[in-house]
Amino acid sequence: MSLKYIYKSKQGVTEELVRFISHDKKEPKWMLEHRLNSLKIFKKLTLPKWGPNLSKLDLNKINYYKKAVNKQASDWSDVPADIKKTFDALGIPKAEQKSLAGTGAQYESTAIYHNLKEEVRTQGVIFEDMDVAVKKYPDLVKKYFMRCVAPSLHKFAALHGAVWSGGTFLYIPKGIKIDMPLQSYFRMNSRGMGQFEHTLIIADAKSQAHYIEGCSAPRYKVDSLHAGCVEIFVQDNAKFRYSSVENWSKDTYNLNTKRAIVERDASIEWVGGNFGSNITMLYPCSILRGQKASADHIGVAFASHGQIQDTGAQIIHAASETKSNVLMKSISQKGGESNYRGLVEILPKAKNTISNIQCDALIMDSKSISKTIPLMKIKNKTTSITHEATAGKLNEDDIFYLRSRGLSKQDAISTIVNGFIDPITKELPLEYAVEMNRLISMNNL
Amino acid sequence: MNILTIKNLQVKIKNKIILNNVSLCIKKGEVCVIMGPNGSGKSTLSHIIMGDPKFKITTGAIKFLGKDIKKISPEEKASLGLFMAFQHPREIKGVRFDNFLFASYKNIAKQRKTKKILSIFEFRKKIEQLAIDFKIKPELLDRDLNHGFSGGEKKKAEILQLNILQPKFAIFDETDSGLDVDALKIIGTSIKDLKNKGTSSLVVTHFSRLLKYIKPDVVYIMANGEIIKSGDLNLVREIEKKGYQNI
Repeated sequence: MSLKYIYKSKQGVTEELVRFISHDKKEPKWMLEHRLNSLKIFKKLTLPKWGPNLSKLDLNKINYYKKAVNKQASDWSDVPADIKKTFDALGIPKAEQKSLAGTGAQYESTAIYHNLKEEVRTQGVIFEDMDVAVKKYPDLVKKYFMRCVAPSLHKFAALHGAVWSGGTFLYIPKGIKIDMPLQSYFRMNSRGMGQFEHTLIIADAKSQAHYIEGCSAPRYKVDSLHAGCVEIFVQDNAKFRYSSVENWSKDTYNLNTKRAIVERDASIEWVGGNFGSNITMLYPCSILRGQKASADHIGVAFASHGQIQDTGAQIIHAASETKSNVLMKSISQKGGESNYRGLVEILPKAKNTISNIQCDALIMDSKSISKTIPLMKIKNKTTSITHEATAGKLNEDDIFYLRSRGLSKQDAISTIVNGFIDPITKELPLEYAVEMNRLISMNNL
Repeated sequence: MNILTIKNLQVKIKNKIILNNVSLCIKKGEVCVIMGPNGSGKSTLSHIIMGDPKFKITTGAIKFLGKDIKKISPEEKASLGLFMAFQHPREIKGVRFDNFLFASYKNIAKQRKTKKILSIFEFRKKIEQLAIDFKIKPELLDRDLNHGFSGGEKKKAEILQLNILQPKFAIFDETDSGLDVDALKIIGTSIKDLKNKGTSSLVVTHFSRLLKYIKPDVVYIMANGEIIKSGDLNLVREIEKKGYQNI
């Protein structure tokens, strides 16, 4: 079943397209200017000269703006059959399937959203569709929008700046602590135009919150390029955790940019799982700008046949006594390639900083590949930095041991694999952890 | 009836014969001891019986309760009632000992069509009691499988697993190596208890010190991949005096 669109752009990035998007969204002038400026930068920049080969990605053959008209499309019955099948295989109960597919468009899901919103709204928390936020909170948005991820950062950031659409705006006021995670389920409805979604988060001073990005469902085949952007501002003494599980369809280039600026005594935690896509390039970045700021990056990547998961972490220690911890696990099988690419940069003024990096790779067979590419730029002598990397094959003796206790070969393998990623799954909310374990079992067996 | 019968077994790894012409039989309730120097093929034989896919049987037969088990997978063997206490129990990270053993127990109980399967609570109670019996620190039950266990703790944890899975036939692959006197006593006593309950066992060792606790019914001596002699406890005494070289 194919989706219907009220608007489907011509292929390629043009000024006409950018103007149309802005007009269609009834955006203020400053946003149009931002888009046009980003377009100029995009045209100047070249593709990255490192990392996976992107030469097959033809940027002129992408539809940059698709607007789904048909409200019925968010009905469960209109969800394409292959996606339904995946949900069934995942064992997600019918009720949940309905609420997932309908979220954002239909009342069933909006109810969930509203509940959450009601609870936090009284405290001044803003949790809004990014398109809406541009018009509703112009001062806040204008002050922070693409100030953390500048359009000039790289070609896809510039592209994003020009054609971004949808996403989340989250603002946590000073001193507000929210125990319950905020989840972006509602974004499922904007799938037709959500390839360049923008997430902007501001955790004001002394606030605490946890936000989960719900990209857990495989998306539609039309999403052949995903260049989303996540910006997080963690103000003094605030604590913020960002979790996401990304499982895009196998023909998607996932070139995502996620960055946080962390101020004095504040901390950011990134928890991520990457499963789908053709090529993924994703290196969440923490800029530790304030004294004693800290960052934790934990994640798992899974690459199977035809996939390259090029993921990692970037940390810029820009102030003294800042700390960072990185724990990354990867699994490659059936000829898949998963790489850890990391950059830790300690600036001259960042005295007495600590950085610990650990990455472990599990290689399931002799066809599969894993590479570790850590880069460290250390510009002062008071830094303590460690890097530990392990790469191993699935151990035959381990499998035999578990089988001798009555586990089938497949169960033995998934027991070992799930055990390997356990330090990461246990940091994820339960439903995501369960889903991740199932995804791995499904991919594996 | 014979629990285990092995006839003219030959095993190769990359065209090299590592076991040759091995024959033995173990009756119900019997304790059989295989002794021999390092590299004689004792551990290989244990792994072959349990179905380690690393080794290929070229000729010969292995029967368990009259059934040919030469081509049967390790998991099926576990359901049939075979168990091996490993010489080097594997450390599996991220997999809790208690969770793993419960999954293993349930799997096997279902395969065996056990009428009453323990609930998770009954199971937990049972392993806590066994931990006390075998002097295993209770916190090990909540840790990752064998991860960070001492050598002795690993071996005792194998015995705990055995007592949960209740096999008809158990292989102890050098379970006594690297044990202190107290652990040795616990393991020796539990093999004796198994025998009293009618469970047969094959004890692979190169020391005679475990034999203080168990009286073997048959003793085989292995060297260079072959069984070179069989007998009773007297054979063990002979080895103690003369060493393997002069047998």
